[in-house]
Amino acid sequence: MVYAKRFDGRKFDELRKIEAEVGIIPNADGSARFKIGKTEAIVGVYGPKEMHPKFLQNPRKGTLRCKYDMISFSVNDRARPGPSRRSQELGLVIASALEPVCLLNDFPKLIVDVFIEIPQADAGTRCAAICAASMALADAGIPMKDLVAAVAVGKIGDKICLDINKEEEDYDGPGGATDIPIAYSPVENKLTLLQLDGKIKGEDLTKAVEMGIKGAKKIYEIQKIALKKKYKVDEILGKKI
Amino acid sequence: MNKLIVASREVAVPGDLIAEGMNFVAGKNTYRKDEKIYSNRLGLVDVRGSVIKVIPLSGRYMPQKEDLIIGEVKEVGFNSWQVDIGAPFTANLYMSEGTTTYIRKDEDLSRYFNVGDKLIGRIISCTSTGSLQITCKGPGLKKIKGGLIIKINPNKVPRAIGKKGSMITMIKELTNTEIIVGQNGWVWINGDAMDILKAKKAIELIDKKGHVKGLTDAIKNMLEKDSRIKPVK
Repeated sequence: MVYAKRFDGRKFDELRKIEAEVGIIPNADGSARFKIGKTEAIVGVYGPKEMHPKFLQNPRKGTLRCKYDMISFSVNDRARPGPSRRSQELGLVIASALEPVCLLNDFPKLIVDVFIEIPQADAGTRCAAICAASMALADAGIPMKDLVAAVAVGKIGDKICLDINKEEEDYDGPGGATDIPIAYSPVENKLTLLQLDGKIKGEDLTKAVEMGIKGAKKIYEIQKIALKKKYKVDEILGKKI
Repeated sequence: MNKLIVASREVAVPGDLIAEGMNFVAGKNTYRKDEKIYSNRLGLVDVRGSVIKVIPLSGRYMPQKEDLIIGEVKEVGFNSWQVDIGAPFTANLYMSEGTTTYIRKDEDLSRYFNVGDKLIGRIISCTSTGSLQITCKGPGLKKIKGGLIIKINPNKVPRAIGKKGSMITMIKELTNTEIIVGQNGWVWINGDAMDILKAKKAIELIDKKGHVKGLTDAIKNMLEKDSRIKPVK
């Protein structure tokens, strides 16, 4: 059987339903929630603050540190809580996807801490995490050249699909499944993250990246609207303005 | 081809295209890429003539020289105090900058400032490498006794003070309190308990909705309405 129609009935270049929100954690300097389909990421940003342990301080520029964590009830089989090999790697991957846009030269010896929690996972958690983290960083007032939008593209069977879900990720029909997470900065017009898990031809990869960039641009607009919504005020003391 | 894309007083997010063309100058919190000017912080766009800048709406306090600050003593040393001022680094208040009285040799410095004491100070020097010196000697600088300290977003401090102190003077007069706003976002209110609460309400409103136009009038209305209600004795 060839993969002709997507499991959830979407078009091949259609994103899942997106919800984005900023300023959800009052105690954090910046925070955001990003939900795409069933995948959800909650991010809190703290800092810039003094970095400890001291020997890790960089006297030339600030440090960006991301901690990625899946809550134990986020997947069907209970995820073992605490840091794992996978979550440590993802923390570093997400930090390196965000660092190219963050202007940390004004914060020598300081650190910006980004805490990412995944309450519900349905593939593409690192992409949801990057989207939420870049919104939370902007909310925290960290100078940034641009926001970063991320989306996972996949080659399922012989079809290239945008924003794949868990069902598609686990597809084991002819052709198999290939997962390509992409993070993109529209102003810089640069990819800040490109990973590949599976097999794909060179020409198909170009097509997949192009499709991913198109999807990321749509997400980027949603991120911007969510950030601006926080500062939209209709009334002061019951009086409309 | 000179075009303003985001109007003045509107919210811009990082990466927002604010203006196009070489007739504009990229000011604070913006950057130029080829012919275009982009924002690099979340804030309000401010256009003065041809200079475009972004006034940030969020972010922690970054100390600057000559800033008036309110802080809390965290540690008493042999020749200095360590003061928390809400900045990434703790500030150092040297013995000779703490008080005008003569401090004898081997004297216990906690006689002047003890742990937990609050003070109004001024930043003498700060470097990017984390050295932060403050003074408590000068007009208006003192140890705080009584009153209430509230913490607001340091980016809202200019709004809380207003043009030439218009906002803060109004709140002071209408609530009959003494208010000092530190650049670090710590606000000290002193006066009668009921008056303090009234002033606190006004300042918290500025913190929450400081980016909205016509806030001064709204606060004036609120305080005048409140002053009609007399506290129960």
